[in-house]
Amino acid sequence: MKNEVLSKTIHEVSADLKAKKVSSVELTKAALDHLEEIEPKVQSFITITRDEALKRAAEADQRLASGKDVTPLTGVPLAIKDLLCTKGIRTTCASRMLETFVPPYNATVVEKLYEAGAVSVGKTNMDEFAMGSSTESSFYKKTRNPWNLNCVPGGSSGGSAACVSSDQAFGSLGSDTGGSIRQPAALCGIVGLKPTYGRVSRYGLIAFASSLDQVGPFAKDVEDCGLLLGAIAGQDPKDSTSADLPVPDYAAEMKKGVKGLRVGIPKEFFPAGLNQEVADAVKKAIVELEKQGAKVEEVSLPASPYGLAAYYVLAPSEASSNLARYDGVRYGLRVPGENIVEMYSKTRAAGFGPEVKRRIMLGTYALSSGYYDAYYLKALKVRRLIKQDYDKAFGKVDVIATPTAPNPAFRFGEKTGDPLSMYLEDVFTVSINITGLPGLSVPCGMSESGLPIGLQLIGKAFDEATLLRTAYAYEQATEWHKQKPALKES
Amino acid sequence: MPTEYEPVIGLEVHCELKTATKLFCGCRTTFGNEANTQVCPVCLGLPGTLPVLNEKAVEYAVKIGLALNCTIAQYAKMDRKNYYYPDLPKAYQISQYDKPLNYGGYLEVPLKEGIKRIGVTRAHLEEDAGKLVHAGGKAGRLDSSDYSLADYNRGGIPLVEIVSEPDIRSADEAYAYLTELKNILLYIDVSDCNMEEGSLRCDANVSIRPKGTEKFGTRTEIKNMNSFKFAKQAIEYEIKRQAALLDKGERVVQESRLWDVTENKTKTMRSKEEAHDYRYFPEPDLVPIILSGDYVRKIKDQLPELPGAKRARFASKYGLTAYDAGVLTADQELAHWFEEGAKHTKSPKGLANWIMGDMAAKMKEQEKELKDLEFDQKKLGELVDLMEAGTINSKQAKEVFAEMFDAGVSPAEVVKSRGLAQVSDPKAIEGAVDKVLSENPNVVADYKGGKQGVIGFLVGKVMQASRGKANPKLVNEILKKKLDA
Ligand SMILES: [Zn+2]
Repeated sequence: MKNEVLSKTIHEVSADLKAKKVSSVELTKAALDHLEEIEPKVQSFITITRDEALKRAAEADQRLASGKDVTPLTGVPLAIKDLLCTKGIRTTCASRMLETFVPPYNATVVEKLYEAGAVSVGKTNMDEFAMGSSTESSFYKKTRNPWNLNCVPGGSSGGSAACVSSDQAFGSLGSDTGGSIRQPAALCGIVGLKPTYGRVSRYGLIAFASSLDQVGPFAKDVEDCGLLLGAIAGQDPKDSTSADLPVPDYAAEMKKGVKGLRVGIPKEFFPAGLNQEVADAVKKAIVELEKQGAKVEEVSLPASPYGLAAYYVLAPSEASSNLARYDGVRYGLRVPGENIVEMYSKTRAAGFGPEVKRRIMLGTYALSSGYYDAYYLKALKVRRLIKQDYDKAFGKVDVIATPTAPNPAFRFGEKTGDPLSMYLEDVFTVSINITGLPGLSVPCGMSESGLPIGLQLIGKAFDEATLLRTAYAYEQATEWHKQKPALKES
Repeated sequence: MPTEYEPVIGLEVHCELKTATKLFCGCRTTFGNEANTQVCPVCLGLPGTLPVLNEKAVEYAVKIGLALNCTIAQYAKMDRKNYYYPDLPKAYQISQYDKPLNYGGYLEVPLKEGIKRIGVTRAHLEEDAGKLVHAGGKAGRLDSSDYSLADYNRGGIPLVEIVSEPDIRSADEAYAYLTELKNILLYIDVSDCNMEEGSLRCDANVSIRPKGTEKFGTRTEIKNMNSFKFAKQAIEYEIKRQAALLDKGERVVQESRLWDVTENKTKTMRSKEEAHDYRYFPEPDLVPIILSGDYVRKIKDQLPELPGAKRARFASKYGLTAYDAGVLTADQELAHWFEEGAKHTKSPKGLANWIMGDMAAKMKEQEKELKDLEFDQKKLGELVDLMEAGTINSKQAKEVFAEMFDAGVSPAEVVKSRGLAQVSDPKAIEGAVDKVLSENPNVVADYKGGKQGVIGFLVGKVMQASRGKANPKLVNEILKKKLDA
């Protein structure tokens, strides 16, 4: 039987912990028991770290008892995407290649969670090396959408989304290179935030596409999302691309309301063929914001239709280089060969799945001598144009509202045969990675078949506070975030 | 008539910087420690790690650029050079492609014919790779060994690659360029330039063309030479090899070659078809390097006087020949030693002769360095002045020098204690001369009869009589005067 406390949010359960209504060890045990009970259905985790979690929970209880250094995350069970390095705990990237890889260091974000006293219950499933939009490309398992177990949870951070949606953890960390936090958050009915590029350290995040990757939180509500972001944000001397900017007090910022806030609606994000239920839900959400005093106006982002094409040049190009180190020489999988070249090819043939191989080939091709200008350089130009579009739009508005994903969760296998249809899942999210801007997905409706729909909010660079403020105002007026999935097939 | 060819040579020199830590992590750069003891997750390229640029390395690289008269980029960036090799843990080297730190410079190389300006295309910053030891199998090659061991201590040490224009026209010029470049790098104190330890390595691009023509011939690249002597030999060999091919009507194949030290030959390493496509692209894990004019100016102000300028100054200020100035400035420490000494003598040229002559010979013989010397510049200056003033003659000076070199005693005291002072009193010499003349009437008669060469015999006699103390110049003069009277 599920302990009711697991349905609470971080800010609620944190109050219970501080008030000694529950201990972290009790809470963590309850979370682990529930996790393990429903795991055969949901399959969110690649590695469950029960012993490690209980040890940290005991430490958190000491901290709570002493009353010193207690943060809103102290003693709270969370989950971590399996591409964030965890010292002494294997980190697989959902790839056979890294089945045995145990990092000797923590990612900076993991270190920060530990410093805040958080407890990690395990490492969540994902698309292999974060390449995918359904978590189906994992070498280990298929995570299922808690709202309909026959559907995908989205991806690539599918495990991180599903585990929060099904109360296996109170919150989680994921990574977003083209939509990998926002899209699964939308498909699983929770809140997900991709911070501005440079807001959160990438140290210890196993790279997919370095100029696009960003770590961000999954949460049950907007307030929790702000708490998690506050805990992981900030400059890191180990990441030269992290920004030297102060981290605002998100909890205070988000409660300021949206009166007078200018919300832009880009027509390019509501194309003719858009799923009607998605379009209706998002439009209703915009009306709600207007009701609360926001000023809504149309903006134009004319270059954004080229975002997906540019993304599928830039991301695979960087990936082809980032993933070249998996050669069987130093760690991870090694398949012996007659000579070094044979060892390389056998190792990589066996270690990577088809989607990873496809992207490595795409990227290698795009960077090849003679093709660089036509592909990579052109994609960089598109990137600049898209950036200019957003700069122009943000001259007029404070936040831009769009659908997160073009449709609710789809069924297993529905898109795996056609890579292009899978790539189209990212159509509304990739341009945000290309521009480095922050984006947030907040639940804004349900399809007739009972699948969640997400509203994407896009902000100015390093203005996550306004995203949280907008989402919070919307969430306060709606009930979507309070609904719980039934863990049923249909 | 056989075709006369002109070689066209360009050099790429890799210079390891002597920063305390590596280019992108905090690991030490000490040479020769146990394998894989100077490594961390970053320089091992473990998943998730990120590089952080070492500011000191940028400073040293800019120093090199300034010393080579380069334009220093206001905007530079790092790029990834992608290729697979087990000594490269990320399977890419972080280097610089189209926006190097330094470009468009030159190096003035002293040749016998005078100074030649050789263009420096660029000097960019990059990381070194690790080292492999191939065990078993044959030829010490990766693909034929039983197994290989990798040592990543060297991986990630900062390198500056200095690329010359194809302005070099002979193996000797190449040698002179390398020598001057090394000297500059030592002067500005950015590298220990230890070739045995691999902190200076050189590749040469060599082609030949019929003399008088403009079009470049097909070039070969001789890789990884770790001595200037080998570089010179390899280039000489390659010029001859290419000429022989062309003379036979064959073609030079564009390829990379290796210098085989045991066979004194260059050998094919890989052909152009096997050449890598490095798929360069901007390193997304690092931000661009923006250098302000102020920053560059500050580094420029710290540059010491460079070998070329020092040579010119030594020649004009101290009246030295170009050759002597070259020898004295070939080593910054020696140049400094000389210049301190010049303060203590009336004859800097005389001092230079001593330093390059007896002093250098004895130091070499006893394997001593400047810091090991028993005497200082003041004492050597004293010796030079004693000789220049005629107090002692050159033969005596050699004795005094030997004693000073061994025991560090003052030359003035040696002269005094050993009663070595040269006799330069004309009266005293006249007496001795008269005595010798009266004792050797036959010789005097020979002289007067036209055999002027016998004067040497008479000088010798006078010197003998004075037990070597008489001033030989004076003896000669007085003898002549008396004989011709
Ligand atoms: Zn290191």
